[in-house]
Amino acid sequence: MEFALTDEQRMLDESLRGYLARELPLETLKALAREGQGVSEKHWRELAELGVAGLMVPAEHGGAGLGVLDAAVAAEALGYAGAPVAFAGPAVMAPLAVSLMASAAQQAEWLPRMAAGEMRVAVAFAGGTGQTGRADVTLDGTTLSGAIDGVLDAAGATHVLTILPDGRAALAEVRGSGVTGEVKPTLDRTRPLSQVTFDKAPVAVLDASNDAAAAARRVRDAGRVMLAADTLGAAQAMLDKAVAYAKERVQFGRVIASFQAIKHMSAEMATELEPCRAMVWYAAHAADAIPEDAHVAACHAKAHVAEVGRFVQTKATEVHGGMGFTELMGLELWYKRISLDRHMLGSPERCRHEAAVAQGWVAG
Amino acid sequence: MDLSYSDRYRALQAEVRAFIATHRDRSPSAVGVRRKPDAAILAWQQLLVEKGYAARTIPTRYGGYGGEPDVMEAAIIAEEFSKAGVAAGIASQGISMLVPTLLEVGTEAQRERWIRPTIRGEVIWCQGYSEPGAGSDLANVQTRAVLDGDHFVVNGQKIWTSSAHYADWMFLLCRTEPEKPKHHGLSYLLLSMKTPGIEVRPLKTMTGKSTFNEVFFTDVRVPADQIVMGRGDGWTVANITLKYERMMLGDANKFMHRVHRIRELMEGTTIDGERLIDKPEWRDRLVRLQGEVMASKYHQMRLLTQQAQGVDPGLGRMIVKLYGTEMGYRLSALAVDVYGAAGLVFDPHDDMTGGADDAATSWHVDHMYDLGLIIGGGSSQIQKNIISERGLGMPREPKPAAR
Repeated sequence: MEFALTDEQRMLDESLRGYLARELPLETLKALAREGQGVSEKHWRELAELGVAGLMVPAEHGGAGLGVLDAAVAAEALGYAGAPVAFAGPAVMAPLAVSLMASAAQQAEWLPRMAAGEMRVAVAFAGGTGQTGRADVTLDGTTLSGAIDGVLDAAGATHVLTILPDGRAALAEVRGSGVTGEVKPTLDRTRPLSQVTFDKAPVAVLDASNDAAAAARRVRDAGRVMLAADTLGAAQAMLDKAVAYAKERVQFGRVIASFQAIKHMSAEMATELEPCRAMVWYAAHAADAIPEDAHVAACHAKAHVAEVGRFVQTKATEVHGGMGFTELMGLELWYKRISLDRHMLGSPERCRHEAAVAQGWVAG
Repeated sequence: MDLSYSDRYRALQAEVRAFIATHRDRSPSAVGVRRKPDAAILAWQQLLVEKGYAARTIPTRYGGYGGEPDVMEAAIIAEEFSKAGVAAGIASQGISMLVPTLLEVGTEAQRERWIRPTIRGEVIWCQGYSEPGAGSDLANVQTRAVLDGDHFVVNGQKIWTSSAHYADWMFLLCRTEPEKPKHHGLSYLLLSMKTPGIEVRPLKTMTGKSTFNEVFFTDVRVPADQIVMGRGDGWTVANITLKYERMMLGDANKFMHRVHRIRELMEGTTIDGERLIDKPEWRDRLVRLQGEVMASKYHQMRLLTQQAQGVDPGLGRMIVKLYGTEMGYRLSALAVDVYGAAGLVFDPHDDMTGGADDAATSWHVDHMYDLGLIIGGGSSQIQKNIISERGLGMPREPKPAAR
């Protein structure tokens, strides 16, 4: 029994954190967030070169052939850095969906381009996640019509993969006819959401899975684990910043880190947050290797880490006092990132309900 | 990440399961620490020691099984007993705290004298630490021990002493060098509770039970060789003991078991004809707590791996007492809420006179006892000081200026 990351996973973590610390200093991140869309083509390209885009693409299609746990390690590092790049969609849910649902020919066509980072696929759920907002599409043969709000990672995407509540999935080209992706000004300035509209858009249908609903659920669960991992990283960043700030800020002639009011808030944050790391690892590992536990673990990880995330985003901001309430420190970027994660792919309330249903505690 | 056990551990798991299947009839219903072990418990303990399911790593020359320290083996044994609902070995302060302390810093003579009867449950220990003026500020202990020939003479008072009313021996933190700074003036003595001059008065707690005592010392004579380490080393020894105490708390399997007991309660309790488990506002509280318990369970698996690899978990270890006790309190709070008004008939039996509590009373007692766990063994606030200072590197509160 070894409940730990492998050496390879630790190296992945270090190399990503090293790159992000070098190439995404706070001023750069703030400038990108100010520019409106938040997404950085440069960073996406460089991360793709580091292998992030192809992390989950099977090796025979040019990827690294890694699993959800490896992806969770990357998601935590990206959340820690507040990286303004798409990840959960194009690097995790899309390759997983294509691997589980697409025909061999489709896989051979798409996966190598996804691994190279040139085909960037946002994943849009047309219902079934518990996410609020419009999600109303109709798949008619090979054309898709309707609209979905709150689509993550669609800014800069080349394709949108729509997953319907019954598990059918359809891939549309963003620049193709009948597809409109409108990037909305979004609370999280590092990962804007889009409204995607389809007007008889021609699509490639993914129908090779013999249990499409289960495959769709696996994709959704992997997405939820990524959001939990992102919150974990972002909350750890906020805690680290709060502790560092408290050690410098002087009031009443002392650094405020010497006041128990501040120390105890910090200790509470650390106490809640540290077990979240093991929980995210377990949920991600279950997605890879323990199918009977995977769904409940993903629901619980998404819900619990979101609750801890809210506690940390609140208390870490309070430790910064008035400065935490301004844009000057950039702390709000992580605050808003945690808020976005909470509401995507199902709130904590929704995820807990699904966990209860999956355990047979209540009828679905 | 590899959550499967290697062949060696699977073999141990199978062996423990077979043992439990064969011997479970002989298992006493409870091996509580709230009363002196009876003959059935002592026989069970002896069987467990022989098999290596208790005192596994204690050397054979002190009566133990002589196994190599292996946290994974310990975890497997604990898990199998807990899953089977069969009493594991006696979990007393003597076994969990004093024995490892003696192994770490005791003399050979002390180990030979006390470890064997302690692990067999024949000698029960109580912990003489807290005083009315030395709770969170433990180093402020004022109970005095003065050397008189080849004996220390002890005078003073201890409080919150669990099991003092039936314990045979006490490990005592007392002041032997009053002229030295407070942390350096303490010593750690072992003394028989039968020594003349000791008076034990039960202290009734809010649970209605007398699990604690006050202990008064008047000219109590303790042989001078019953000191652990040297004069003035008491603080060092006490901290070794406390390190083992904080590792005793927070068994995630126990908490998960509680989650399922509360689920069963919610399935069996109705309001206006609807089961509580079917009411979203009730169910959500339970599922939310289940999430917390899962986080703690996986965290402990991670800690276990780190210990097995010889890595110091640092902050990860420091949070365990705070996290576990606060979570346990929220769990038992949900249980008493599920009982609601119908559970307010409160009829606790004193542990000394025996008699079982009804289920609702038992949850109320547990709930209040859980609050005791938050306060005792280093309160949550003390834990937060430790976490912030040692885990996060924040400075200590400055001492008030001398007047």
